Amino acid sequence: MSKPYYDAADLRKFGKITEWSEELGTKFFDYYGKVFEEGALTAREKSLIALAVAHTEQCPYCIDAYTKDTLQRGITKEQMMEAIHVGAAIKSGATLVHGVQMMNKVNKLDG
Amino acid sequence: MATKSLKKLGNDLAQSNKQIEILSNGIFKTGELPTFKDKISETSQFPIKAKKLEILQINVGYMCNQVCDHCHVDAGPDRKEIMTRDTMRQCLEVIKNSGAHTLDLTGGAPEMNPDFRWFVEEAAKVGITDFIVRSNLTIIRANKKYYDLPDFFKKHNVHVVSSMPHWTRGKTDKQRGDGVFDKSIKALQELNAVGYGMPGSDLKLDLVYNPSGAFLPGDQVAMEKDFKKALMDDFGIEFHNLFAITNLPIARFLDYLIASENYEDYMYSLVEAYNPSAVENVMCTNTLSISWDGYLFDCDFNQMLELPVNSKSRHISEFNEELLEGRNIVISQHCYGCTAGAGSSCQGVVA
Repeated sequence: MSKPYYDAADLRKFGKITEWSEELGTKFFDYYGKVFEEGALTAREKSLIALAVAHTEQCPYCIDAYTKDTLQRGITKEQMMEAIHVGAAIKSGATLVHGVQMMNKVNKLDG
Repeated sequence: MATKSLKKLGNDLAQSNKQIEILSNGIFKTGELPTFKDKISETSQFPIKAKKLEILQINVGYMCNQVCDHCHVDAGPDRKEIMTRDTMRQCLEVIKNSGAHTLDLTGGAPEMNPDFRWFVEEAAKVGITDFIVRSNLTIIRANKKYYDLPDFFKKHNVHVVSSMPHWTRGKTDKQRGDGVFDKSIKALQELNAVGYGMPGSDLKLDLVYNPSGAFLPGDQVAMEKDFKKALMDDFGIEFHNLFAITNLPIARFLDYLIASENYEDYMYSLVEAYNPSAVENVMCTNTLSISWDGYLFDCDFNQMLELPVNSKSRHISEFNEELLEGRNIVISQHCYGCTAGAGSSCQGVVA
């Protein structure tokens, strides 16, 4: 039987990436930690952005992590779903806005 | 939604030794995760020792009008363990003669003890600085005989600490039962009406938040801000502080973790969030828990696990403050719940 590509337990091992490249790994985690600190945006706002991006990036580890993180911040499931729709709207908008390029090309070639 | 306690249902987890067995075996037995003792030893914090006694937390009985999903007491209407007036008298003697400045009444729903009001009246005479009653709020609306509780609390300047898992109906009722949210809101409005929780008021009203599932509480300050805004905007409710409390893996919450296959992940979360500075201030270092039948425990959780204090003074009738001070706190893996993140206690975060 083949093993799945993703294993939920691997998320716990994320920190181990520093073992094979300590300086870069450490710099990354320092940066990551700093990004999510309270700043001009609240940590709550950042968590919702992360949840939406986790979905557009289709990263199962990130989805697990930020579903839990948003729950911990008291964010409701309705708010979580709306955040994902924001990501989905941008994704579909990004596809559809290229329709203008298609229209331009059609008009040039077949106008 | 459960309507009966684990004890009534004959569930294995109603037995404290079964719970301790689960917490000692599995991932902790194999060494996949360090035991709490090993973890605190890494920072030379073992054994945890009791400091000067400040808070007496008295559990006046396990009977409750609610059967909350995550109750560590496994409380409910079917629980019959109730503190007698005789034991209350012994507690009063101890309060008079000990250095404790805070009396903290819990349950169950403490108001359901038939001698609750007598005890409050007698204890109020002793002159303690802070007199806490942990009220589930709905009890105030449960029966006519409880309708005047806000006035009774006010008369004796009781500090009311109430559970409120979320500012939305859906999340609250899922955890605490249908209709709990609306009744809690009504009770909070009644407490506000007599002056509780108002800005600058001496009538203290604090809320307790604990997560509705297998995750840790968020930042207490941020949660308090969200609670205050939502309860004010939606219902015009005021309160003083929010205490964010972590769910400890015992009794019904342990049952839930196992049934939902969240137990291992949850224990990982607790261990990963371990914070040595929270160990310095865990509540067992300044609190003593007294059970309905007068036995002494390091905390209400150890009481439910039937882990008695490590002292010759084990019962309220043989209370000896000198013997108890400096005692080694009895620990197991559930203690990780009090040392995760900013820490957790009956007064909220500790680090």
